[in-house]
Amino acid sequence: MAEEYLLQMEKICKSYFGTKVLTDVNLALKPGEIHAVVGENGAGKSTLMNILFGMPVIQSTGGCEGEILIEGNPVEIVSPLQAMDLGIGMVHQEFMLLPNYTITENIKLNREILNDNIISRIFGNNLKTLNYRAMNADARKALDSLDIGIEEFTKVAGLPVGYMQFAEIAREIDKSNIRMLVFDEPTAVLTESEASNLLDAMRKIAGRGIAILFITHRLDEVMEIADNITVLRDGRLVATKRKEDTDIFELAELMVGRKVEKLFDRTSQVKDEDIALKIDGLKVSMPGEVVKGLDLEVYRGEIFGIGGLAGQGKIGVANGVMGLYPCEGSVLINGQKLVLNNPRESMNRELAFLSEDRRGVGLLLDSAIEINIVVTSMQNKGRFLKKFGPLTQIDSPVVREHSLQLIKELDIRCTGPTQLVKRLSGGNQQKVCIARALTLNPEILFISEPTRGIDIGAKRLVLETLIRLNEELGMTIIMTSSELAELRSICDRIAIVSGGKVAGILKPDAPDLDFGLLMAGQIDRKGA
Amino acid sequence: MQNLFKSFVQNFGIPRLIILGFFLLLCVMAIILDIDFSDLMSASLVRIGMNGILVLAILPSIVCGTGPNFGLSLGIICGLLGGLIAMELTLNGFTNFFAAIAFAIPFAVLVGYGYGLLLNKVKGSEMMFAIFVGWSIVSVMKIGWLLLPFNSPEMAWPIGRGVRVTIALLNREVSQLLNNFWAFNIGNVTIPTGLLLFFVLCCVLVWLFMRSKTGMAMYAAGDNPRFAEAAGIEVDKQRIIGTIVSTILGAIGILVYAQSFGFYQLYEGPFMMPFIAIAAILIGGASIKKASITNVIVGSFLFFGILVVSMPVANAFMADISSMAEITRQIIQNGIILYALMQAGKGDGA
Amino acid sequence: MDKTPKIDLDPGYDFKRKAKSFFTNNMVTIMFIVLSLLAFQVSGMNSHLYFSDIVSRMSRNSFTVLSLIIPVIAGMGLNFSIIVGAMAAQAIIIYVTHWGVPGFAGIMLCVVLVAPLSILLGYLTGNLFNRVKGQEMITGLIFGYFAMGVYTFIFLQLVGGILPMDNEVLVLSSGVGIRTTIDLTGGIRYGLDDLLRLPLPIMMIIAGAIGALYQLFVFLKSDRYKSERLNLVVWLLISILVVVLAVVLMNSSSPLRNISIPAATWMAIIALCFFLVFFTKTKLGQDMRSVGQDRHVAAVSGINVDRVRVIAIIMSTVLASWGHIIFLQNMGAWSTYGSHMQIGFYAIAAILIGGATVSKATIGQALLGVFLFHTLFIVAPAAGREIIGDAQAGEYFRVFVAYGVIGVTLAMHAWKTRLQSMQKIKDLKEKEDLAG
Repeated sequence: MAEEYLLQMEKICKSYFGTKVLTDVNLALKPGEIHAVVGENGAGKSTLMNILFGMPVIQSTGGCEGEILIEGNPVEIVSPLQAMDLGIGMVHQEFMLLPNYTITENIKLNREILNDNIISRIFGNNLKTLNYRAMNADARKALDSLDIGIEEFTKVAGLPVGYMQFAEIAREIDKSNIRMLVFDEPTAVLTESEASNLLDAMRKIAGRGIAILFITHRLDEVMEIADNITVLRDGRLVATKRKEDTDIFELAELMVGRKVEKLFDRTSQVKDEDIALKIDGLKVSMPGEVVKGLDLEVYRGEIFGIGGLAGQGKIGVANGVMGLYPCEGSVLINGQKLVLNNPRESMNRELAFLSEDRRGVGLLLDSAIEINIVVTSMQNKGRFLKKFGPLTQIDSPVVREHSLQLIKELDIRCTGPTQLVKRLSGGNQQKVCIARALTLNPEILFISEPTRGIDIGAKRLVLETLIRLNEELGMTIIMTSSELAELRSICDRIAIVSGGKVAGILKPDAPDLDFGLLMAGQIDRKGA
Repeated sequence: MQNLFKSFVQNFGIPRLIILGFFLLLCVMAIILDIDFSDLMSASLVRIGMNGILVLAILPSIVCGTGPNFGLSLGIICGLLGGLIAMELTLNGFTNFFAAIAFAIPFAVLVGYGYGLLLNKVKGSEMMFAIFVGWSIVSVMKIGWLLLPFNSPEMAWPIGRGVRVTIALLNREVSQLLNNFWAFNIGNVTIPTGLLLFFVLCCVLVWLFMRSKTGMAMYAAGDNPRFAEAAGIEVDKQRIIGTIVSTILGAIGILVYAQSFGFYQLYEGPFMMPFIAIAAILIGGASIKKASITNVIVGSFLFFGILVVSMPVANAFMADISSMAEITRQIIQNGIILYALMQAGKGDGA
Repeated sequence: MDKTPKIDLDPGYDFKRKAKSFFTNNMVTIMFIVLSLLAFQVSGMNSHLYFSDIVSRMSRNSFTVLSLIIPVIAGMGLNFSIIVGAMAAQAIIIYVTHWGVPGFAGIMLCVVLVAPLSILLGYLTGNLFNRVKGQEMITGLIFGYFAMGVYTFIFLQLVGGILPMDNEVLVLSSGVGIRTTIDLTGGIRYGLDDLLRLPLPIMMIIAGAIGALYQLFVFLKSDRYKSERLNLVVWLLISILVVVLAVVLMNSSSPLRNISIPAATWMAIIALCFFLVFFTKTKLGQDMRSVGQDRHVAAVSGINVDRVRVIAIIMSTVLASWGHIIFLQNMGAWSTYGSHMQIGFYAIAAILIGGATVSKATIGQALLGVFLFHTLFIVAPAAGREIIGDAQAGEYFRVFVAYGVIGVTLAMHAWKTRLQSMQKIKDLKEKEDLAG
C-alpha cells in the first residue's frame, strides 16, 4: 500500500530557553509536490527546517515535540547524516561548498566512489583510492539533469553565485536515495535571471518525483511555482492553501495580520512637524543588510519605526548613520550636514545608538555596570574625568553617583554598580545600554531590536522606558525592529524597508494587508 | 559551600592550583630539610623585584588586545642599547642607571610604534607573528652587536670586532645599585628596598595610566573592539599605544634586571625572556585576553618564588641539580602558557 | 527551455597577469634564489665542496621536511610539534645505542620501536590541537618546548638513576643523566647511508628515469584535474633534463661525477614522496583535504573532523621521527639536549622558502626549499667572512633568515585571511550595486 504522503510533520513544538518558537505546526508533503513555506522573520520557518534536517542546534537546546513521519513511518531525526539517510536533502542559505574542489569533488563530498588497491587491502578501507572517472560521470549526469552546461571538473571558487547554488543542488540530487529537497531562501542571493533558472530547475526536479520544500518571502515566486503554500506566523500555522485558492494579497495579509492591542497609552510628541533628521540616498555596506539608496524624514519628537524582513536593509540604516559600517549619501541633522563614517562625529551631533547586537557591540561584558554606563561619554564628551594638566584620571565618586542614579531610575536589577554586566539578564543588560545612551544626552536616539532576546515582562518595561524618554525628555526616537507588532504599538509612523530602500511609510493602524505587501516587496501593487 | 569551592577551583584553574600547591610543598620541604629560609626569602625578594617590571610589561599588551607580548625582546634590546650607551659614556652609579633609561626610551617608543603598526596588520595571529619577529630581531641584532661602534674596553672584545657576550656592570658601580638602596634587614632577611620600591613605583604609574582617559580607551579597545569603534575610539591607535608602553616597560625592565644580575646579556640573552615574563603573569591569574596588576604581583611572587626554592630542595634529593631549576622552569613556564592557550581555545574555534 | 548558456571561464591566457601573480605568490622563493646566488658568488666557495655538502644535507633533511606536508593539507598549518617526534627518535636511539645494535639492523630497530611511541605522542598532540582549533601553530610550538622540559628531565635526571642504565659511554660520570653529546660512530652511524652508495650521475639517471616513468603513468591515467596536465609535462621535462645532465656529467672530467650518494636514503625519501602522492588520492587523504578547506562543511557532510585531524598529526609525528633517525645517522655526533629544537624551525623555514604557505604545501616545494635553505646555510659563513670580516656574522644571518622567513609567512597568511574577508564585503557591495 503506497503511502500518499512522503512527509508528515504533526503538532511540532519547539522552545528555546523557555521562549516558544513553534507551536503545533503541521505540514504534509506528497512526492513531487512543490510546497512553499512563507512567513515573517521569527515566524519559525528556519527552525522548522532545522528540525527536519536534524541540525545540532535543535538537539543541543532540548530537542522538539511532535511527530515526524516519513512515508507513514514515525522517525526521530537527530543528525544531518540521519536526515540524509532518510532521503532529505537541504540546500542551505550559506553554501556548503569547498572552493578549491571541483564541482565533482563537491558533489561527491564524503560519498566518493572508491577502488581497492594493494595498501587498502592491508591497512583498511580508508586508504582506498578515489575513482575520478566514475565520479565525474555521475557529476555530469546530475548537472545534465539540471540542464547546466558547465564542466564538472571546474573548481568551485570563482564560479558565479548562481552556479554555486546549482552545484549545491546537484550534490543533493546525486544522492540516490533523495526523496525531498529543502531550499532555504534560495533566491535571496541570486540575480533575476539566476533566480528564474533556479525555478526552472525546481520544476525539473519535482518532475522527477522529488518533493520540494521551499522557504521564501518572495510571494511572486511562490505564486509562480508552488503547488501548496503554508503560512506561519509567530510560530503557529496560520493556513495551508492550494495555489489555485489564494493570491498574493491574501498571503500577505495572512503573513502579517494579528490583533494589534493598544498596550500603551501615549500621546504623540510631534509639535510642528519640523524635521530633525533627513536622509537622502543613503547607501550602507553592511553585510547581510545592505542599504541601496534610502530616503527618509523624521520629525522632532517622533517615535519613528523602521521595519521590514531580515536582510532587506532596515538594520543597515542606523548602523550607517552612526558610522559603524561604511556608508555614503547625505544625512542632515536639524538642517546641517552630518559627517559620515565617523562614530565620534555622530555622537557630537547628539545622536546615540543602541545596537541590535547587544552583546557584540553594545556592552563590555567583562566589565562593571558603571564602566559600561560612563565609558562612551568619557571618551566623547570628556565627562567623568579629573584633569591634572594634560593628564586625566577617572573620577570614581562621580561615576558611582551617576550609575547609582540611573540604576534606580531605570530599575536595573543588579547587586550593585560594580557587578559584571555579563551576569545580568537580557532585559537588564538592555537597560544598561539605555543608561549609557542616556548618559550621552542625545537629541536623537537610534535603537535597533530593542526587545530581542528579552523575556515578555521585561519587553514591556523597555518599551515603556522609551515612551518615557520621548515624553519627559522630548527625545526623537528611531526604532528598528523585526517585530511589526511592537512597532505598531508605540510608533507614530512606520517605514518598511525592502530591497535596501523604503518601500513605503504607514501609520500604525493601516491595514495588515498594506504592511504585508510592502514587506513582500510589492511596492507597485500597493497603488501608492 | 561546595558550589563556591567548585567555582573557585574552576576560575582559579587547576594548573594554578597545582603550581600553588607545588610552591607550598617546596616551602614545607625547605623547612623540613633545615635549609636557611631567610636566605631563600632574601633571594626570592630580589628575584621578584628584578623580574617584576618585565612581567608588568606584558600587562599593557594584553589589555590593549594584542595578546601577551611575545615580542618583548624588542623592548629588551632597546633597553640594552640604552645601557651600552651609558657605559660607553663612562657614566657611574645612579647617573648611569637613569641615563640608560633615558637613552632607551626614545628607542623603545620608535620600535614600539613600528611594531604596533605591524601588529595591526596581523590581527588574530599576533602571538605567532610576535614570536618570530622577536626571534628574527634577536638574531639580526647579533650581527648588530658585532658591528655597533662601541669601543669602551669593558664592552668591546680586545681583539676582533663587536661587543662581548656578557658585559659586567661592576665597574660602573651600577651592580646591585637599586638592591642596596635603603636596604635593611629583618632578622636574617635582607630587603632590597630600592629594587622593590622601583617595582612598586612602576606598578603605580601603570595603574594610574589605566585609570586615565587613554588607559580606559585602551582597555575598551582590547576588551571589545567593536564596542570601542562604536564608542568613537580608534582601536588601531590604542593597540599601538599599548605596544609602545609595553616596549618601554621592557626596556626599563631589562635595565633593572641587569643591575641586579650584574651583567648585560647580549646576543642570545633576550631570546626566551618574553616567555618567562608571560608565564609569570599567566600564573598570576591573567589570561590571553585579560590581565590586571594583581596578576603581575601574584604571578611574579609565585613563579620566581618557586624557582628560588626549588634549587636547594632538589639539591637534597638528586645528585646533579645544576639543571633542575632550568628544567622546572621549562616545564612550569611552558605548561602554564599551554594551559592559557587551551582556555582561550574554549571560547573560540569553529 | 534552452540550456543554461555555457560560461567561458577561461578568458584566454593573460600572460601579463599570470606573470605578475606568479611573482607575487612566489616572492619569497625568488628572493631566496637571488640571495643564495649572490652569497655563493661572494663566498667564493669551491663548487665541489658545496655539492658534496648540499648532497649530504639534502639526504638527511628531506624526509623530515616532507613530514610537514600532511598537517598543512589537513588545515592545521605548520606543525611546530614535529619536535616531539624528533625527541621520540632520540629517546629510542639512546636505548638502541645502549643495547649496541649497529648499522642497518640498528636503524631498522629504531624505526620499528619509535613508531608506537610516536603514534602515542601524535595522538596526544592531535587531541591537544583539537582543543585549540585556530591556534594549532602556537600551541604546537609551546607544546614542543614543554615536551623538551619533560624529555630533559627524563634523560638528565631519571636515566641512570630511577631508570637504570649502566653505560659509561652514554651516562655522565655521576651515574645519572645522559651526556650532552652522543657519538653514533660504531653504532647506527651511516646505518642507512652505507647500505648502498652510488655515484651522483648514476643516481641522477635512476631518479630521472623513475620520474619520467611516473609522469607518463599518471599522464595516461589522470582524470582528476585537466589543469594538472601542464604540471605533469613540466615534471616530465625536468626528469628528462636530469637524465641528460647525468649523461653529460659522466662524460666530463668534473670532480662532481665522483660524489657518492646514499642511495638507500634517497630510496626512502622517494618512497615517501610516492606515498604522499598516493595518499592524497585516497579516501583518507581526500577527507583531510576537505577538513583542511572548511571544517564546518566537512562536519555537516558527515566527516569525523576531529578524528581526521588527529590522524594527520599522528602521521606527521611518525614521519618526523623517522626523518630524525635519518638525520642523526648521517650527523653521527649530536647534542642530546639541543639538536631537536632547531631541526623543527629549520625544517619549517625550508618548506616555506620552497614556496609553501600555511595553507598549501607540495612535495616540490619541500625539496626545493631544502635545497635553497641549506645552500644559504652552507655559503653564509663564508660570505659573512668576505663581506663583514667575520664568519660569525654569516651564521647569525642564516638563523635570522630562518626565523624571518617564518615571521613573514605568518604575517602574509594573517594579512591574506583578513584581505579575503574584506574582499568578500567588497564583492558583496559590488554585486548589490549591480543588482540594485
